[in-house]
Amino acid sequence: MKYQTSLSLSLLALLCLLAVSSTGCGGGATASSTPPEPIEPGIPYKKFTDAVHAVMMADRTVYASKVVTRLKKQDAPVTPSEYWEDEDHTIPLPAQMFRMGSELVFENPEAGFTYALKSKWPLNEQNGPKSEFETKALDFLAENPDENFYGEETLGGDKFFVAAYADKAVAEACWSCHNDHGNREDHYPEFAKDDVMGGVIVRVPIK
Amino acid sequence: MQGANRLWMSLIGVNVIVIGFVAYSAMAPGALTKTMLMPGKTSHGHYQIEMRCDVCHTEGSGIREDACLDCHAEELRRANDTHPSSKFNDPTNAELLSILDAQNCLSCHREHVDEQTLPMGLTMPSDYCYHCHQETLTTRPSHANFAFDSCATAGCHNYHDNRALYENFLNKHADEPDFLDEMVRLTRSTPTPPESKRLTKSNADAPEDWPTDETILDDWASTAHAAAGVNCGDCHSIKDKDAPKSDKNNEPRWSQSVALATCGECHQNEAETFLQGHHGMRLAQDLPAMTPGESRIAMHTDAAHRTLDCNACHSGHRFDTEYASVEACLSCHNDEHSQSFLGTSHHDAWIKELAGEAPRGSGVTCATCHMPRIEDEGGDRFVQHNQNDNLRPNEKMIREVCMNCHGLAFSIDALADSQLVKECFATAPSIHIESVDLARARFEEKQRKKEARLKKK
Repeated sequence: MKYQTSLSLSLLALLCLLAVSSTGCGGGATASSTPPEPIEPGIPYKKFTDAVHAVMMADRTVYASKVVTRLKKQDAPVTPSEYWEDEDHTIPLPAQMFRMGSELVFENPEAGFTYALKSKWPLNEQNGPKSEFETKALDFLAENPDENFYGEETLGGDKFFVAAYADKAVAEACWSCHNDHGNREDHYPEFAKDDVMGGVIVRVPIK
Repeated sequence: MQGANRLWMSLIGVNVIVIGFVAYSAMAPGALTKTMLMPGKTSHGHYQIEMRCDVCHTEGSGIREDACLDCHAEELRRANDTHPSSKFNDPTNAELLSILDAQNCLSCHREHVDEQTLPMGLTMPSDYCYHCHQETLTTRPSHANFAFDSCATAGCHNYHDNRALYENFLNKHADEPDFLDEMVRLTRSTPTPPESKRLTKSNADAPEDWPTDETILDDWASTAHAAAGVNCGDCHSIKDKDAPKSDKNNEPRWSQSVALATCGECHQNEAETFLQGHHGMRLAQDLPAMTPGESRIAMHTDAAHRTLDCNACHSGHRFDTEYASVEACLSCHNDEHSQSFLGTSHHDAWIKELAGEAPRGSGVTCATCHMPRIEDEGGDRFVQHNQNDNLRPNEKMIREVCMNCHGLAFSIDALADSQLVKECFATAPSIHIESVDLARARFEEKQRKKEARLKKK
């Protein structure tokens, strides 16, 4: 009996030793020796979304006016096409270029935000509004072309700051293609220059 | 008392053996006895590498995060995956993802559940499209009467690869005849290296004491290898690649066998793709080469112990691609599809080509369909050596293979006709898939509407 007790005590001591050694006692000391990083002033959500939207628009404008329009003017053998992936000597339409950029940001976990081009009158039904907020935002932009729409939204349990910016018809090629496209529904409006055709929706997770 | 001791010793001995056996199976990578620890039968796609648990699992039987994409990412990229995980990163998809987690391969492709595994390793009911695309039944009147679990049946839609099935493509190729007037795209051809590189028997650089016979030299001298200046030493003289450069003892030594990596030095695309298919996937995981005897599909019994490496189909020193195109396959494969090939018009065309009665490239072999000539990103032409690539699903064959000779609608019908697949396409398809007709009707309707709109303007 005495032998059993001493064996139990030895085992208990061994377990305690293992528990202590596996908790990593040195961790706290190392952490406390590192000086805390200076806190940088944060960018307000609205300022951030306005800034990234400005870059997006600038890039798309450059692609549309300096690449696509230039090729057209020169009657180049390369033309923009909706089916550029499957047709030789074609390049993506400006809206597709914009959407591909958005997909790359979706793929990048470091980006810290997402954006998407949506419309109440999409040619691909997957690009219509997908939440109550998006529907409200696109309605607002259609009524108020020169204003932006900001707010907060909870999706899948996560909270987001959301900014929506009007996407307007700037080049004749954009509205003529949308007006004549086979995928357009009968009730879609006939677009003309400067009409709101959709919206760019930028989301930043609120942490 | 002695009897009791003996009993104890025996019990301890048995325990040591059992524990040792289990420990070896659990710990040793690639141990053949691992299968006894498996929770269920592995799928057709993975059974060859089932003894390498660590390829998919972490220690403690968790699933490795990149387990699926490590092997399948490139295939999905080339397929223009219609549903990549990143597509669902838009936070507005959160609600849909709560119904079907489309960002996790395992939502649809679980392993070790043989009793519920469908073709393509699908382990969920086939109504998965409906969860997110219900509106199609109303936005496409033509689809209103389709069964909600019939979207992904052969010939209509695929979850990942729709390169031959999307509307614009269907419409564009809607008027093609069953048999095209001539073969298009890539046909069989042999590169012609400059004559100055050609080697003859007298140039062979094997050491004098090397056991070469005249047949070997004749065979080699008649191949593209000799024509392109590839000498004996280029394949048979090897160095230890892992040895440091400073190691002066690392002299090239002559070896009778030639490793896959040596072939891959010149035939890089072929070697890489070989390792991705059922013929080479074991070698890719550092397991012993696959043998027909271990296959789950019907093989000739006399081929059971062959090992699947480059030489299995391209035996030295002739590396006969004609043999590798049909006879090599049929010397192992003994299923209905393979054996039916000999009675098809595809095979007749091959016989005519071999006899010189038809132009080069007009014959159809096993390799024509299962190992097609394709181009890599840089435009280099090579033979796809992953013979499973265009079978996952078989609609992948449409653009890569069938449409070189046949119209799109005919190709879709043929691949969707499972009886015809068994018979290796010996006759014309007996079923018709409507997808091309539906796409054409939709485009015509769009055109009518467009013209009506223009009239109004």
